[in-house]
Amino acid sequence: MSELISKVGQYFDSQIIDLFIGYTQGNNGFGKPAFFTNKEQLNKLTFNEQCIVNLAVYLRKPELKKYSKIGILANVGTLRAILQLTAENQIKDGQYLILTVKDNKVIEFVNLKAIEEWVSNNMPEPNPERIAKMKEFEALTQEERWAFWTQELASCVRCYACRAACPLCYCEQCVVECNQPQWVGVPATGLGNLEWHIVRAMHLAGRCIGCGECEAACPMEIPIGFLTQKLNMEIAKKFGQIPGTKLEPDYALSTFKVDDKENFIR
Amino acid sequence: MQEFEPKIVAFVCNWCTYAGADLAGTSRIKYASNVRIVRFPCTGRIDFMLILKAFQNGADGVIVSGCHPNDCHYISGNFHARRRWIVFNELLDFLGFDRRRLFFSWVSAAEGAKWANLVNEVVSEVRCLGPFVEYEKLSKINVNSIGELCNV
Repeated sequence: MSELISKVGQYFDSQIIDLFIGYTQGNNGFGKPAFFTNKEQLNKLTFNEQCIVNLAVYLRKPELKKYSKIGILANVGTLRAILQLTAENQIKDGQYLILTVKDNKVIEFVNLKAIEEWVSNNMPEPNPERIAKMKEFEALTQEERWAFWTQELASCVRCYACRAACPLCYCEQCVVECNQPQWVGVPATGLGNLEWHIVRAMHLAGRCIGCGECEAACPMEIPIGFLTQKLNMEIAKKFGQIPGTKLEPDYALSTFKVDDKENFIR
Repeated sequence: MQEFEPKIVAFVCNWCTYAGADLAGTSRIKYASNVRIVRFPCTGRIDFMLILKAFQNGADGVIVSGCHPNDCHYISGNFHARRRWIVFNELLDFLGFDRRRLFFSWVSAAEGAKWANLVNEVVSEVRCLGPFVEYEKLSKINVNSIGELCNV
């Protein structure tokens, strides 16, 4: 940790960065996102296995525009989000100073290409619990799935925390805020909630990097991460595209193959 | 009791299915009058939100139809649409949405008879399913009625 702190301190000294986004120790054992603007604050900087929050979400926030050069401490999820944001033309090479820590060694990425390589070598294993849960969902009948999801989504309060926590939900105006026409009903009724989650999942299909921030942010503990996870599994299976692994744009829904297979078009 | 007449919304592309439906008309082919046709420039324009909107407004069934693959007026609009439908279809299926109420089809400008058959099939299938009450019920559910929903 001291290596990380001294390194970031040097960046502040030589004025390479004027803001560093990292973690401090939170009171629930997990790392808490923190913003450091000078060297003196860095004694609270920490990084460990429990620092799972995806910090890439802050990169697109308008509040950070006043900082000229931002450094960020990234876990694998954050790095994948950065790759996906780059593919979507939201981040330029050299715009941020990106660091990660592996086996107590600080790694500084010289360019975004280096991140692409690092991610391909350090892709996290899929969580077996989630895969088992997904199999459970798939084994249910259509009526059971409908009952499960309408019940789960009925408790949604439409706080849009899932949207705020998502590093890839960066639209300046979201479609749910559009009221001419009103695509999705505003009140937290079952119908509006279902539509909102369909919209969210569809807009993230093939873009979601599966960091799980939406689910972690949900105050009603709705397992919404499964919707995007399911779509990504299908996209990987059918079209072979995995978001957050490439710098080049490779969005499943803006490309096609002439021989895409389906069995429901008459 | 009067027989249930389903409301069907059809989102069709200007260049193939709309012309196909036109051909069905000029050929004097009779088909069920339950369908309301909405014309779009291309299937690539048919956003999934439009389908949601149709169901939100009380449609019992929705047809989405356009040019056959390789026949798109804009070269690739229907290929993009097909991908979107594949993903959308998976999502609806995962949510347990009644997939029997959403129909996708390719109808070319020369297939007036196919269009008439499609509409007749859709209307009779949806008539068997009855009104889409599951969806209508949802609009009345709020946080306070979770108990009622779970039959507690």
